[in-house]
Amino acid sequence: MIAAVMTRPREVAPVAPEASVEVRDLCKVYPTGTEALRGINLTFPKGQFTSLLGPSGCGKTTLLKIIAGLVPATSGEVVVNGRTVTKPGPERAFVFQDFALMPWATVLRNAAFGLELRGVARSEREATAKHYIDQVGLAGFENRYPHELSGGMRQRVGLARALAVKADVLLLDEPFSAVDEQNRRKFQEDLLQLRQVENKTLIFVTHSIEEAVYLSDRIVLLSPRPGRVSDIIEPKISRERSPEDIRRDPEYLDIVEDIWRGLRNYAD
Amino acid sequence: MTIAGYRIPPLASLLFWAVIWEIVGHLGIVFLFPPLSSVVMELGQVVGSSTFLGAAWMTVESFVLGLLLAIAVGVPMGLLMGRFNAADKLLGMWVNLFVSAPLSALVPIIMILFGMGQATIIVTVFMFAVWIIVLDTRAGVRDVPNSLNEMARSFGASGWQQLTKITLLAALPEILAGIRLGVVRGVKGVVIGQLLVSIVGLGELFELYSRNFLMEEFWALTLIVFAFALGAAELIAILERKIDFYAGVRHG
Repeated sequence: MIAAVMTRPREVAPVAPEASVEVRDLCKVYPTGTEALRGINLTFPKGQFTSLLGPSGCGKTTLLKIIAGLVPATSGEVVVNGRTVTKPGPERAFVFQDFALMPWATVLRNAAFGLELRGVARSEREATAKHYIDQVGLAGFENRYPHELSGGMRQRVGLARALAVKADVLLLDEPFSAVDEQNRRKFQEDLLQLRQVENKTLIFVTHSIEEAVYLSDRIVLLSPRPGRVSDIIEPKISRERSPEDIRRDPEYLDIVEDIWRGLRNYAD
Repeated sequence: MTIAGYRIPPLASLLFWAVIWEIVGHLGIVFLFPPLSSVVMELGQVVGSSTFLGAAWMTVESFVLGLLLAIAVGVPMGLLMGRFNAADKLLGMWVNLFVSAPLSALVPIIMILFGMGQATIIVTVFMFAVWIIVLDTRAGVRDVPNSLNEMARSFGASGWQQLTKITLLAALPEILAGIRLGVVRGVKGVVIGQLLVSIVGLGELFELYSRNFLMEEFWALTLIVFAFALGAAELIAILERKIDFYAGVRHG
């Protein structure tokens, strides 16, 4: 009893949430001389949904690709789970804007591709892929080919593929920009649902303010040319309610309006 | 095509020219053109003869070997050029030169290097077919969507996995198109090679028939060679159509 009391103050002390991904003094200058990012310092807490939001040309996709290890940084470093990374690794998975599905492969093989590359036995990887295909709502489509699916369904395959490798960090590059409006809304809701089941750190690039506010715990606002962090917003929106209620919530609308006012300066 | 509201089937034009040929043949104006009907009659004779069978076998063998060699060299070379700029700079000029050069002019040199036999024919087929395969493969590799490559890398693909699981499959439509064009050029190569060497295979037969003014036999042989070229190209085209479903949607 006494021991419990003694330890108590330490337990309630406001400990900063454990960082999953850290970006330190990151700069990116392209060989052409274009400065894409300047002095980016960011922490992505474990289990949180962070959006990178900004006008086109602010380097948000570049930042995401540097975190993914697909694009080299000019200076600075990216730390994932305590280790500095410069290449892609199994603890990160990427969801692509244009889906990046192999047109010659079925949904099942596409979803299992990350595991196939790792040399996981066929039956095992197909069982895992099947599980995530079900989870993203594509049960029954395992043997279809990408060209037989709608844009929204294709991106669901891309999401299943990223989930199947069981990475801690999910990097999503404008995943809904090539998906039509009604499917996008449904997909956003499903993504929120999925968050409850899968405890992942999500880093999400978008240019849609509404999308960022609706989905994220934290929004990192980037300013363009060169990209810098201009603000970090934490929309404290309760996600217990129905999607319709959230979208009508005055607080939600206020945050959208605030961000819009901040970004208005950058509108062409 | 329609004439006066009637739909004319595509084969009709073939029939039209066949009739013209028949009439010209019967008029006997040009002795080089015997009536088509007698050429067709002769077809059976030619095909049945043992000299033809020997020559045809030798031709098909040379053609297949030369083509396989062209694929075995052309596809890897195209991959290299598509993937590495250094390889592209080093080889690009030569490939473009050879793809448009009149290669028949090189056959005498090949003859000196490889002798008056089958080896020369095989090398000629190879030289005719390989360059277009290189160019099309290169184009296919360059056309692989960048996001597919990034996808493979992000999931930890090794260089070899990326080549065999992404690049080769994504470029397959172009590679097959290159091989089909290679087949067509290879048939030219096998015929021209044999005509110039003229002591082996069909070349010997062509030489024999034309020197002795055996025009029925000559034209029958020509028809066979044409049919072979069309047939071989059509076989590859069937393969191409099988994978058409993803060539068409790849950029969509």
